[in-house]
Amino acid sequence: MPMLEVENIHTYYGNIHALKGVSLKVEEGEIVSLIGGNGAGKTTTLRTISAALKPREGQVTFMGMDLRKHRPHDVVRKGIAMVPEGRRIFAQMTVMENLEMGAYTRKDKKKIAEDLEWVFELLPRLKERRRQVGGTLSGGEQQMLATARAMMTRPRLLLMDEPSMGLAPVLVEAIFDTIVRINKEGTTILLVEQNALMALSVANRGYVLETGTIVMHDTGEALKKNASVQKAYLGME
Amino acid sequence: MSTKDFDWKLVLRSGLLGGAIAILLSLIGIVTGFNETYIIYKVITFGELLVLGPILAFSFAALRRTSSSDSGVRFTTGALAGLTSGLVLLAFVGIGQVINLRAVFVNASPDLYAMLSYNQSLPIGMLLRLLVSGLVGLIVAGFTLLPTRLKQALGQGLIYVILIGLMGRLIGTVMTNWGFVSLLFEWMFASSGMSFLGAIVLFLLVGGLAYWRAGRPKVKPRLEPKKQQTVRWATLAGVGLVLIFLPNILGLWFSEILDNVGLFILMGLGLNIVVGFAGLLDLGYVAFYAIGAYTIGVLTSPELGFFNLTFWQAFPFALIVALIAGVLLGLPILKMRGDYLAIVTLGFGEIIRLLALSDWLKPWLGGTQGIQRIERPVIGLGNFTIELISQQQLYYLILAGIILVAFIAFRLRDSRLGRTWMALREDEDVAVAMGINHVATKLTAFAMGALFSGIGGTIFAAKIGSIYPSSFQFLVSINILSLIIVGGIGSIPGVFVGALALMGLPELLREFAEYRYLFYGAALVAMMLYKPEGLWPEARLKLELHEDEIPPPGDPVPSTEGS
Ligand SMILES: Nc1ncnc2c1ncn2[C@@H]1O[C@H](COP(=O)(O)OP(=O)(O)OP(=O)(O)O)[C@@H](O)[C@H]1O
Ligand SMILES: [Mg+2]
Repeated sequence: MPMLEVENIHTYYGNIHALKGVSLKVEEGEIVSLIGGNGAGKTTTLRTISAALKPREGQVTFMGMDLRKHRPHDVVRKGIAMVPEGRRIFAQMTVMENLEMGAYTRKDKKKIAEDLEWVFELLPRLKERRRQVGGTLSGGEQQMLATARAMMTRPRLLLMDEPSMGLAPVLVEAIFDTIVRINKEGTTILLVEQNALMALSVANRGYVLETGTIVMHDTGEALKKNASVQKAYLGME
Repeated sequence: MSTKDFDWKLVLRSGLLGGAIAILLSLIGIVTGFNETYIIYKVITFGELLVLGPILAFSFAALRRTSSSDSGVRFTTGALAGLTSGLVLLAFVGIGQVINLRAVFVNASPDLYAMLSYNQSLPIGMLLRLLVSGLVGLIVAGFTLLPTRLKQALGQGLIYVILIGLMGRLIGTVMTNWGFVSLLFEWMFASSGMSFLGAIVLFLLVGGLAYWRAGRPKVKPRLEPKKQQTVRWATLAGVGLVLIFLPNILGLWFSEILDNVGLFILMGLGLNIVVGFAGLLDLGYVAFYAIGAYTIGVLTSPELGFFNLTFWQAFPFALIVALIAGVLLGLPILKMRGDYLAIVTLGFGEIIRLLALSDWLKPWLGGTQGIQRIERPVIGLGNFTIELISQQQLYYLILAGIILVAFIAFRLRDSRLGRTWMALREDEDVAVAMGINHVATKLTAFAMGALFSGIGGTIFAAKIGSIYPSSFQFLVSINILSLIIVGGIGSIPGVFVGALALMGLPELLREFAEYRYLFYGAALVAMMLYKPEGLWPEARLKLELHEDEIPPPGDPVPSTEGS
């Protein structure tokens, strides 16, 4: 049984039919990339999975649980964390306080301290800046913080919404390195990206989303070689 | 002097503006209104200061923008700016002689013209006015050429003389309580304003002190931690003592003001939780104040005769009712954000007031007549009891309330709940994704705020002894919100400062009679321009409004920890 199974979901914003029957699967231990252009419905898909939006039709099953029955703030307790689009960190809180918010649902102080060490080891820049207020971090540091904060929830599945957006190439590399490391240490990842090349390179499998529908699905390598993907998302003729 | 450094346009603009503002103040009537109010007896009136003030301010502004340090350029700039203002006044009086301005501006009276021309015949008077204006500009120019240390000393001395001169009567009401000190008062002050000698002594004293302090080295020697601790405790004890004796020190009239300010602090602390901590814009906050007050009224007033409880018996009920009202209002509206929330809470506040006013509930709430003879709180045990009636006695009740509520507010701010409120305020979606139950969390903020407002209401009822629906206007909510903004949103000390500035200051400005809200408004606008983050901002928010002053992210940030 896959860890996450999204079956034929239809999500609306009022009358706007944003997702028109999206289905995808994520197996435990995988990195799965979801690529697509602006407005394709990538963010909507992630928000539907994390129960922030309710689909009108379709099923979202995580480790055998029907996620639609949960309220949005309960989903994190089930083991799903989200790195939202656009580095939405708590700007007035320090790095440390942001990370503590990530551990909001957890009780075990010792485990939290261990995870904090782990996160700092993963992203040493954050440790240097742990007393700095989030809003004054650079864009790249904010992205690291958003990722670290999500990791502090100890997720089984991490949903990441365009982590490379607006970052310089060096930082994009660093972020993807981090993603791979997080995955190696046992966290399953569903990655939404516009940077298709990077996203497909690290992914076990990939899905292509266009105007609310999945139009293609294959392994990462295969998609990278696919002519129409190359044309539409990799800028090759 | 090179003509290149001299800026004609600047001089002209500043001079015209200075003159225009002086005329504006004259036409408002404020200049003639205070022509008998002396700042220094027989030397300068407040009215004259209001004419010279703008001239002074604008020639100063012109000089600040003049980069040249050549004294010729500076003196010419100052003098010409002042003279221009004088000419504007001259023109104004001239026009007034030809056209009857009074038809439109009631205050353009012969008195005003006489005052502007120093009670001399028109030609001589106007010449005098022109000279004085030019002289003001010259003096300002001379002032800007002085070394900084001297400038500070002179400036402070001047400001103190003006302020103390204006506040003479108020200071008098306090000082007369003090026996021997009142002798000092009689010597320093005249029947209006300060005495000449008093002003000079004060000027020298303040100026000298400022001069001395400016000369001291800036870095203070750091005390060792143990001494610091002692100093802190001593300060705390000192503040405590002052707070305890404040009503006696300040006398009856000030105690009344203190009580009012205190009630607003109490409510401000509550609303600060809702608006400042949790970021929920609540415009109907007065509703809970009314609910607290009315509950006390209904339960204690023998006039209504339902329950005839004592104040303290009724007190817990009032709190419970306020709390329940907070939750009930909170439940339906917490899904809303921002503007919608503001409108709905505003409506709720009005509904509560209208209910109190309605004929329908008149048998219980008294309609327009309100509720009279509300029980006063009694404290003490056994035979040693006192009923808190006078403003000076109620002060202690309010003080106790504030200390309690401020303590709770401080604890809440630093608690896990406080952090949760903050997360919700900053980004609700993300906070929910972190597992925060936003409905429950917002509801606690709302209920806490309602509770504190309810406490304020009960004390208000006990203080006034009778309540009417008209005491619970929408304006009260706005006042509380304003004091939070002025103090610095989300900041607990800010609530105190804001309440003192917004509720205390207008009382002190009574000296200015009907113009006090003019000064008050001007002060508020100035404050929002120069200190948009509030008078005592929450450290975190300060960062946001002064982003330009933050070191760029690449720079190392001073950290208190070694790494
Ligand atoms: N709150 C909303 N109300 C109405 N329409 C919305 C809302 N949010 C998104 N949409 C619409 O739903 C569609 C999908 O949006 P979504 O944000 O999921 O796109 P995306 O694939 O994440 O795009 P991008 O790469 O630009 O972030 C778009 O047409 C968008 O305009
Ligand atoms: Mg998106």
